[in-house]
Order: sequence, then structure tokens, then C-alpha cells
Amino acid sequence: MAKSTKISFSILFLILALAPLLMSDFRISLLAKFLCFAIIAVGISLIWGYTGILSLGHGVFFGLGAYAVGMYLKIQASPGGIPDFMQWSGVSELPLLWKPFANPVFALFMMIGVPVALAFIIGFFTFHNRIKGVYFSLISQALVVVFVTLFIGTQELTGGTNGLTNFTTGFGVYLTHPVVQKVLYYITILILLLIVLISLWLTQSRAGKLLVAIREGENRVRFLGFNPTTFKVFIYCVSAAFAGIAGGLFVLQVGMISPEMMGIIPSIEMVLWVAVGGRYSIFGAVIGAVLTNSAKTFFSESYPDMWLFLLGSLFILVVLVMPNGLVGVAQSLYAKWFRFKTSKKAGGTSYDANTNLQ
Amino acid sequence: MEILLTQLFNGLSYSSFLLLIALGLSITFGLMRVMNMAHGDMIMIGAYVTYSVQLIFVSMVPESLFDYYFILSIPIAFIVTALIGLLVEKSLIRFLYARPLDSLLATWGLSLIFQQIARMIFGAPNVAVTAPSWLNGNVEIASVVLPYKRLFILVLVCLCVLGLYYYLVKTTAGRRMNAVTLNRPMAASLGINTRKVDATAFALGSGLGGVAGCALTLLGPVGPTVGTNYIIDAFMIVILGGVGKIKGTVLGALCIGLLSTFTEYGTSATIAKVVVFAFIIIFLQWKPSGLISTRTRVLD
Repeated sequence: MAKSTKISFSILFLILALAPLLMSDFRISLLAKFLCFAIIAVGISLIWGYTGILSLGHGVFFGLGAYAVGMYLKIQASPGGIPDFMQWSGVSELPLLWKPFANPVFALFMMIGVPVALAFIIGFFTFHNRIKGVYFSLISQALVVVFVTLFIGTQELTGGTNGLTNFTTGFGVYLTHPVVQKVLYYITILILLLIVLISLWLTQSRAGKLLVAIREGENRVRFLGFNPTTFKVFIYCVSAAFAGIAGGLFVLQVGMISPEMMGIIPSIEMVLWVAVGGRYSIFGAVIGAVLTNSAKTFFSESYPDMWLFLLGSLFILVVLVMPNGLVGVAQSLYAKWFRFKTSKKAGGTSYDANTNLQ
Repeated sequence: MEILLTQLFNGLSYSSFLLLIALGLSITFGLMRVMNMAHGDMIMIGAYVTYSVQLIFVSMVPESLFDYYFILSIPIAFIVTALIGLLVEKSLIRFLYARPLDSLLATWGLSLIFQQIARMIFGAPNVAVTAPSWLNGNVEIASVVLPYKRLFILVLVCLCVLGLYYYLVKTTAGRRMNAVTLNRPMAASLGINTRKVDATAFALGSGLGGVAGCALTLLGPVGPTVGTNYIIDAFMIVILGGVGKIKGTVLGALCIGLLSTFTEYGTSATIAKVVVFAFIIIFLQWKPSGLISTRTRVLD
């Protein structure tokens, strides 16, 4: 692991651990939410930055993870065990699909299991046929449309447009209690740390090197005797699992999940976080998620009309001017100032996207 | 039987509308390998142009001529969106050639900006366009009710497809476009100005989007995000049909339009979405590069 990565992550996690001493409870709960997003961003960096697969459908995995935990919380919060929206639709008995979610262990298991299963099915049937690049991106986006329509359409099972909300207790504690919120914040930091360590280890491993090789020349990898499909499906499942975990943590902290939060726009914003931070760097993904969302909160609080302009320009700017994100900018500045020191390291992971047309 | 025929007509009508959107996407992606997410906003702009033309007619033209505004608004929508398309190509797209993933993100950003501009000019709520009186009403053939509006869209799309086909096959400019789509370096070395061809194609594609927007005003109200609803279906058509082939796009649009209308009739709109998506995934197992694809020995 590069020394600079170690140092930057150590500083980042130190700041995060000390943040509750300096910030109000409200800001901490916001930060906790952003850290959930950072977990998704790490997964997207693995699949997009390292492997070169752009998924515009991570909102679905996030949503599925969130709904898995949300279903458990909803059953806990409902007197008689039947959620309010089901009673409104005239359902008198808990549907079969919901029954196992009364068990918290099962719900936590499904938080990872459902997204991974879906990613495996979609991934296998697309990568296996060498459907790649922009085709895969569009299919993943269509996946979002399908799931959002499905969740809104099956109101009596999923709560429709409103989603799941009004939770009270979970895992034996009151979720809105300040102490619980603070504990959840630290749990999120720990999980983020764990996921960052797993991802760093993965990218250093032989498998991680193959992922980069697939990005740079999939057919060459094939000619060398590896099966790229296996690796692509694997990394897609890993990033889906991360998004699912993030969804579960999100629902515990924010206390609601609705189809709107897993839609097309949130899904593509997830990609933007990573692009802003630097898609070829795990650290970039984490700070990208935190910074972009902080900017979003700031602008939507102060200038709600300007936010969409800024968001739109950010997409264009990142693509045209800083393809390696903030980390790339930092690297090139560093290289400029200490040219004599780091003449080799600076170029690091520059990626020439201008391959010829044919 | 009548139900079947009615559904068939509805399916055709929906397909033709989707086709109009997908044509522009198919041309630009086939030619430049640029995924234009802002194409949906060309539809939106076309629709707002129609709305504006209508407002101008209401305030400035004698009432007896009001019904003709729609005929006039089609070429105006085409020209306005084509010019905007040209501007977008010159200012943004030309930096993104052969970078489909990057172009996808950048044009998505552009799309957000367009939508916000529309929101600032026309307001966030939907606006309604009054259809000209000669399009109200319907004709009954073999006890199947065919509304004039949908028939008009069908005819409009047929004209657009025929026109495009003529342009691509018979005219010099169109043949150049074909040549560049098939083999860019070869076309360039034979003296074709590929940059000019790209710009023309992008303007043409955007213009077709504008015409689609015009047609959209006959089907429902117009809002800033109206294009986003259709753009993903249109992309699915491009994938299903094979990239850069008009024939493939037409077939793809027919498949998706008919399938979704019939499943929607049998079940619900929700199930229809799921069925169409599953169909596309299964279909791609059989033909990964779409219905109609160019045979090539090029590996990547």
C-alpha cells in the first residue's frame, strides 16, 4: 500500500472519530449519512475506476439493502406486527415475503444477500455474453426503472411511493435516541474502515491487478487464459454488497427509505461522487462522497435553484477538466511543487480514454 | 378481435413515438460512439417550442388561423432543436468522441442544466398544449376506434423514417454519413470531412428529438422532466435493434412498443416494465449485439 494512501486514510479516520466533539448532533447525523454514501462510493470505485464497468444502477442495491433492514424495523414498529400501510390496503395477515424479516439476523443477512443475488444474476447474464461498456451502463439504468416501478406498483407489499418510515425501535434500542445515534455513527465509521481495508487489500492482490487488466484490455486478459466474466461478476457482487450494507446503515440512521432514494437520479449521483473524488482511488471515492454531499446540503439549504446548475456543471467539469477527480488534481499539484521528488509517482493511474474509434 | 386490433394499434402508435426518439440516438451513437443523455431534453425543448408557438398564435394571429399553428410548429421545433444540438456538439460533444461512458456522464449533466433552465423559463408545473381542432375526433374502422392524434403521429413518424432513409441512402451527405459510421479512418482518408459529418448528424438527431417533442404535446402535458421518462426506453430500443442501423431501430421499437402495450393490457404497467426488461436481457443472450449488426473482424 502506498505510503500516501496510509497517511491520508489515517488523517481522515482520525478526523471522523473526533468529529462528534466539535460538531452538533444534527451535523453528525448528516455526516453519518454521508459516510453510508462513502461506503457505496468505495464499491463504485472498485467496479468503475478499477474494472472500468460503469454501473448506473447502484441505487437498486442500496435500496434493496435498505428495504431489508427497513422491513425488520417496520415490523418492530407496528403494533400487532402488521405495518400501517398494509392495514390501509386491507391486508390482515403479514405476507409470506415479510414473515422472515421479523428476525433481525435474517434481515441483516438479506441486506447483503439480496443485492448480491441480483448482481450475480444481472452480472452473469450480461458479462457472460460480453455485453460491456455503455450497453451495460444502460441496462443497469433500466434495472433502476424496473425496480422503482415495481416498488411503487406493489403498494401493499412495499409501502408504495412513501416507502417505509416511522420506525421506533430496532435491535432492542430506540433508534432516535441521541446515544444510539452516536453509537451508530461510530459503527458506520468502523464498517467504512473495514470496507476500505478490504478494498485496499483486494486492489493490491493478484485479482485486483486482473481487474485493472480487464479495464485496460479485456481481450488480452482472455488470451492470457483468464476468464474475465468471473472477475467482473465477482466485483459487481462485491460492490452490490457494499451498497446493500450502506443501505442498511442508512435506514437505521435516517429512519426512512422510499423508491425515490433508489431512483435514476440518486444512482447517477453516486457515480458523480466517485468521479469528483477520483475514480481510480479508494480514498478519492470516500472524500468525493463526503464533499459532494456536503456541497449538496450547503447549496440546497442556501440556494436550492442553483444546486441543479452546479450539479450539472460538476458532471461536465469532472469529465472534461479533471478526469482523475480531486485526487488527480492533488497529485498533479504535488508533482508540480515537489517535481524533483516524485517524478515517477505522479502519473500513477492516468487512463487514456481516447482509444481509436474502430 | 376488436380488443386485439385496438391493442395492436395502440402498440404501433407507442412504438412509432418511441422510434422517433430512438432514431436520433441510434444515429449519433452509431456514428460518434457518444451516448447522448441530453437527447430527452431535445424532446422537452421541442415540446416547449410547440407550446410557445401556440402562445404566439393565440396572441398575434387571427383566431381562424389558430388551427394551423401545429403544422408550423413541427419545422420550427426541428430547426430550434437542431440548432441547439449543433451548439452542444460544437461546445461539448466534440471533446467526448469515442468516450461513451464519459459522454454519458457529461451529457447527463447537460440534461440537468437544460431542465433547470426550462423550469426557470416555463415554471415547474406542467403546461398543456391545446391540440388543433382538426386532430380532435376519431375514425372507426371495423369497430376499432382510431383517434386522429395517434394516426397523425403514426404518419409523421413514417414520413420522418422515409425521409431519413432517403437522406442516408440517396443523398451525397447521407452516404458520407454512412461511410463514416462504417469506417471512420477510411472515410477520412478518402477526403470526407468527418467533423462536418459528425456535426450534421448530431444536429439531425437532435432535430428528430424536437419533432418527437412536438408529437408528445398531442399525447399529454409537458413538463421540464418529460424527456427523461422516454429516454431509457429509447436506449433499450437502440440496444435491442443494434447500433447505427435504422432497420434495427425500427424493428426494436416495434418489439418494445408492442410487447409493452400487450403486457400492459393483460396485466399492469408495472408488470409490463419488468417483462420488457426481462425480454431484453433474454434476447441479448441470443443476439448480444442486437437484432441487426454489422459483421466485423475488429475485436474491440
